[in-house]
Amino acid sequence: MSDGGGAGEPLSDRHKREIAVWFLSNAPAGEIHYVAKDVRALLGDDAVYEAAAAEAFPEYNKTHLVPLELPDRSGDIIITAYGELDKNNYLDPRTAQVATVDHIKQTCTKLRPAEDEELPSAYIEEFRSALDAELSKYVAEAYPKGVCAVYCTSGKDTEGPGADFSFAVVISASKRSPQNFCNGSWRSIWTMEFHYELQFVEIKGKIQVDAHYFEEGNVQLDTNIDRKDSTIMQSPDDCAVSITNIIRHHESEYFSSLEESYLNLSDATFKDLRRKLPVTRTLFPWHNTLALSLTRDLAKELALGK
Amino acid sequence: MERTPEQCQMNYHGVDYIFYRRGRGTELGRKQRNRKRAEEERRNEGSSTTEEVVGEEGQGEEQSAGRMEAAMDLMRRMPPGSAETALNALLSLLPDHSLDLLSQVDLPLQVRMDKESLKEYILCEYNRDADSYRSPWSNKYEPPLEDGTLPCQEMRNLEIEANEVFSVYRDQYYEGGISSVYIWEDEDNGFIACFLIKKDGQGKRGYMQIGSWDAIHVIQVGPEEEGAAHYCLNSTVMLSLTTDNKQSGTFNLSGSIRRQMSMTLAVADGHLVNMGKMIEEMEGKLRNSLDQVYFGKTREMVCTLRPPPEVLNMRLPDS
Repeated sequence: MSDGGGAGEPLSDRHKREIAVWFLSNAPAGEIHYVAKDVRALLGDDAVYEAAAAEAFPEYNKTHLVPLELPDRSGDIIITAYGELDKNNYLDPRTAQVATVDHIKQTCTKLRPAEDEELPSAYIEEFRSALDAELSKYVAEAYPKGVCAVYCTSGKDTEGPGADFSFAVVISASKRSPQNFCNGSWRSIWTMEFHYELQFVEIKGKIQVDAHYFEEGNVQLDTNIDRKDSTIMQSPDDCAVSITNIIRHHESEYFSSLEESYLNLSDATFKDLRRKLPVTRTLFPWHNTLALSLTRDLAKELALGK
Repeated sequence: MERTPEQCQMNYHGVDYIFYRRGRGTELGRKQRNRKRAEEERRNEGSSTTEEVVGEEGQGEEQSAGRMEAAMDLMRRMPPGSAETALNALLSLLPDHSLDLLSQVDLPLQVRMDKESLKEYILCEYNRDADSYRSPWSNKYEPPLEDGTLPCQEMRNLEIEANEVFSVYRDQYYEGGISSVYIWEDEDNGFIACFLIKKDGQGKRGYMQIGSWDAIHVIQVGPEEEGAAHYCLNSTVMLSLTTDNKQSGTFNLSGSIRRQMSMTLAVADGHLVNMGKMIEEMEGKLRNSLDQVYFGKTREMVCTLRPPPEVLNMRLPDS
């Protein structure tokens, strides 16, 4: 049973934990639980596994913008650093509630109304909720399984016009289809700075799309892009419409460019790696290889003779 | 798969693990031992693990199989670009399974320059002896080995011809790249041939910024009987394609697939013709499934996450 005839120096628990964390953190979208099961079996040490899981799951959930259903079924909360109050408590800005989450089980365990100091001022909330409403319409229309949230990331206590503030928009859509050996996720994060003096909103976005197909193989798509744009500062409702339009525009443009990359793949990109048929456009003449090597020899001799 | 401790020991010290995977032992890898395994051996010296192994039988075997299964499941989930890191991590977690792991996980191929012919050749388990690799061009080991294992003259002749022909094949399909063929006599009058292709770089059409294709074809050829021989081909392709531009950002597809094909063919035209045709057919199939099936599935996934506008427009009148 043992190939090497025995174990060498035992690996330190710290080293084991680091390896376990590496595997967990590199799990594709929607697959951390499968990876966790494997890692647990490999370690054969529950204490080390639990330490690794406690370290890796919260980071994974935040990186993958994992949505969790709220216990009152009022919607989903997205696990993201923008809503993180502490390790296990996350703000849902739409319902003004704070959910306690179990990172490893990926569930919400408790829900409480957010405290006043955890929420933005009425003035900011007007901008935030208008954008949230507009954005939710877009996300529902574009992503069958999409969820989104808008967070105030700075200047949340601004009481009225005159100061700068900023928002973060998070969109997360994922599809899990383990029975078909396929999982994938679309994640976008848009941040916007509202500059009062300049009456100007600066917008930056990062879109990331992953897909994994692993029936008798392991093939992964990994794409990302950064985008930048801006709009003028207007009323909350008008801002919401123009920001949502900008996001919609960039995301659909990005989707088209992904489609284009796929279209080029077969005929152009893949051909650069290996052709479907040889340059001669006929199958390789294995029967005539003698002739082939003879001509080569001849060519060599001729070259040498020169 | 049952093995006695003696067999383990034998496998560990000599028989090349890749041959072992294909269900057959060979004397050829006798001295082959990579640095990793050498290190492990040093560590293992003096530890009386054989008794422990025997003592653990039963429950231990089940656990051991479970661990290998978990390890292989991890390999099909980790990013293909991190296969080497993943393998090293598994090797340190499961030192007892290093032979199984190394034989079942393929890594991108390494290349070395033959100083005599100034031609590059591919390194793999099939041309390795201790820490040296044999060049198919000069038939010499680098770093030099006094008593490095060499194929018998008959096999070497076939190997020379195969390398020659296979580079023409490679050039016609890949328009570049590097190839190497290694051939060895197997026990019971058969032989084993390993055909390798590595292609890296930008590609001549410039669509691809970074790309790599590594193909490993191992053919086990049975002894000739009544003018025919049995060929068993195991092939792996690992590839990565990246396009990177302002409009579409970074787009990377990478992965690996492995397939097997067996045939009994008349030897009248020679082994090389038969092996070559099988490899050509297999490469065509692998390329096609990667292109149509594997890449296609990831594209389908993207369209599931965010349906294309046509689909949305079609859906709207209904709702």
